[in-house]
Amino acid sequence: MDIEFSPEDLAFREEVRTFIAENYPAQLRGKQDEGEELGKEDFLAWHRVLHKKGWVAPAWPVEYGGTGWSITQRYIWSEETARADCIRLLPFGLTMVGPVIYTFGTPEQKAHFLPRILSGEDWWCQGYSEPGSGSDLASLRTRAVRDGDHYVVNGQKTWTTLAQHADWGFFLVRTDPDAKQQEGISFLLIDMKSPGITVRPIITLGGEHEVNEVFLEDVRVPVANRVFEENKGWTCAKFLLAHERVGIAGVATSKRSIERIKAIAQTEMEGDRALLANPFFKRKVAELEVDLAALEYTELRTLAGMAAGKGPGPESSVLKIKGSEIQQRLTELVLEMAGHYGAPYFRGFGEGDNEHPIGPAWANRAAPTYYNTRKTTIYGGSNEIQRNVIAKMVLGL
Amino acid sequence: MDLSYTETQEMLRDTLARFLADTYSFEARQKMLDSAEGRDPGIWKALSSELGLTCAPFAEELGGMGGGATENMIMMEELGKVIAIEPWLQTVVIGGGALRASGGALAEATIPAIISGDALIAFAYAEPQGRYNLADIGTTAKKDGAGYVLSGHKAVVYAAPWATHLLVTARTGGGRREREGVEMFLVEANSPGISRRDYPTVDGFRASEVYFENVSVPAEAMLSGGIDLVEQVVDEATMAVCSEATGIARTMLAQTVEYTGQRKQFGQPIGKFQSLQHRMADMLVEAEQIASMALMGTLKLDAPAAERKAAVSMCKAKVSRSLKFVGQSAIQTHGGIGITMELGIGHYFKRSTMIENQFGGADHHFERYEALTLPA
Repeated sequence: MDIEFSPEDLAFREEVRTFIAENYPAQLRGKQDEGEELGKEDFLAWHRVLHKKGWVAPAWPVEYGGTGWSITQRYIWSEETARADCIRLLPFGLTMVGPVIYTFGTPEQKAHFLPRILSGEDWWCQGYSEPGSGSDLASLRTRAVRDGDHYVVNGQKTWTTLAQHADWGFFLVRTDPDAKQQEGISFLLIDMKSPGITVRPIITLGGEHEVNEVFLEDVRVPVANRVFEENKGWTCAKFLLAHERVGIAGVATSKRSIERIKAIAQTEMEGDRALLANPFFKRKVAELEVDLAALEYTELRTLAGMAAGKGPGPESSVLKIKGSEIQQRLTELVLEMAGHYGAPYFRGFGEGDNEHPIGPAWANRAAPTYYNTRKTTIYGGSNEIQRNVIAKMVLGL
Repeated sequence: MDLSYTETQEMLRDTLARFLADTYSFEARQKMLDSAEGRDPGIWKALSSELGLTCAPFAEELGGMGGGATENMIMMEELGKVIAIEPWLQTVVIGGGALRASGGALAEATIPAIISGDALIAFAYAEPQGRYNLADIGTTAKKDGAGYVLSGHKAVVYAAPWATHLLVTARTGGGRREREGVEMFLVEANSPGISRRDYPTVDGFRASEVYFENVSVPAEAMLSGGIDLVEQVVDEATMAVCSEATGIARTMLAQTVEYTGQRKQFGQPIGKFQSLQHRMADMLVEAEQIASMALMGTLKLDAPAAERKAAVSMCKAKVSRSLKFVGQSAIQTHGGIGITMELGIGHYFKRSTMIENQFGGADHHFERYEALTLPA
């Protein structure tokens, strides 16, 4: 056992640092610094740079376009991208449907979709939740009825993140209404430009247009776009959820947030002392650092297990629970730090607007981010559902 | 970075686990606790001279296997699983660790005796007034000719009634709570002038108040390293009890899960109730974080002092809190039977509760961590 980086690891870290410094899109950096909302082209700018370098999907098997990095290299990569404040790549193609396709897909599906996910040519969204099916996902009612070489799909999906930009969506649909809940579901890849699809925005508490409702009315989907067997879609769904949970912990990003909080709390004053000198505030920072270290090493143990051919199994629920709680506590602390300046509602610069925003720049998004981050304990299977998963799958209760 | 165990390490674990499974049943342990000596000396003999496990964390030149902190982590985890009352922490981790770091003739003479099982060491560092401040020492070591004379009162010295040697912290100079002047001495337990008041501890060990009245020791009994070495050894000991906590927490969870599968109320096993399932899921979350922290801190023990101290305090702060949650939840979930002496779970809880504050509780370690890393 050894916790230190080898000389090769250190050289790799240097390579990564240099690459990011020289290639991170300058325009994107500017928008991030100003706290502006990011659009489709912003997300894709960094994605394309990484694709060109061959680093867009480190976790994929090499044969499908992965990097073949060791666990340590992947760890270094996530540390360095967080350290440099790189935006997170969207997970829908790269960490959700991509692994499902290379694990369960046909050779044709792999050949067609995987390169387009890697290049960013297709923007993916996730059609899982429905108005009546949140935590009880398997109760979903969107119907797909076979008609020759097609399915005809009718129903409604919700919480569909960034569907307004999406070219494709992966959907869970019911193909056998008479089977037991989990057994009548299929996994379909649907072209979002298909006739019969309507996307309606849902505006969340921070003012963002991040999620949508998706209505499907007599949408015709080729049977060739079904992944895995008919009525076996739940297998893909569970596989995807376990993969999603590993990355969802967001360790490196949270570490970066704490660094930022500490830097601000050293200059923000409270009377004649820095905020960080307030023993209560200081203790909250220390508690977050300690909990984050525990999460980090739990994730490293999980990754080491995966490298040895185990999982990720239901223990990834631990990562989801702790990671999401920590993300929320961080946003709480930033809002607390903002004091009075948590209240102004800054919507980004309007056209031709060059007035300075109100209050310190770091406080601009404190409240909207706090509001928005309430999602982390709800999405990806709520933390209560994760506890059900642990109870049933790990403890055998 | 590599978080995998070697084959030898896996073998060590298996050997100890199998031995303990055979020797440390609930009834056997109770019998040890109730005996006059409070332990079964045959077990230590088996661990050392028969199975050769005590040599694991020592250098090959001294008759060891060339291991270190990782081996101690493995051992303590397994000892925790059966809440063993063997003095591994005091003798191998603390005594052995201090001597290994100090080196010299004292180490060369004593470490082989630790490995063979002939030397049992108790760590006399705490004092009635000192709480967790390692430099708050009133015991004096006055220069006397070539040697020293020790006088003072050491508090709650675990394993002292069994020990052949006492590892004592004492002051050769400096005022109370000053770092300067703190030294460690290895003293034969039957030296003239040492008296003890022995008692059982709530977690199954035996301990003593130890009084030193003008105890003469030779100059060679002093280890080199001063307060820095005391801190290093206590950090190593802290990670060892964190590893013990891993074994204890996982066992408490397993026993709780098993019990809720058998115990029926309202016509079904209580493990079917979601409120209990979620509590047990949270126990798993905390137990796994204990394991993660025990691993992290152990691997940081060789880091530069400031980094090591910060890491160890992070770990102990987390482990103390998580262990409290796991222990209290285990008792609550068992219900009435959990607060009796009749079932194992209560005995695990008694030990886990003592680990929470051993070498400092969560508050102490948060303060130390903050002082080291959060200026202003």
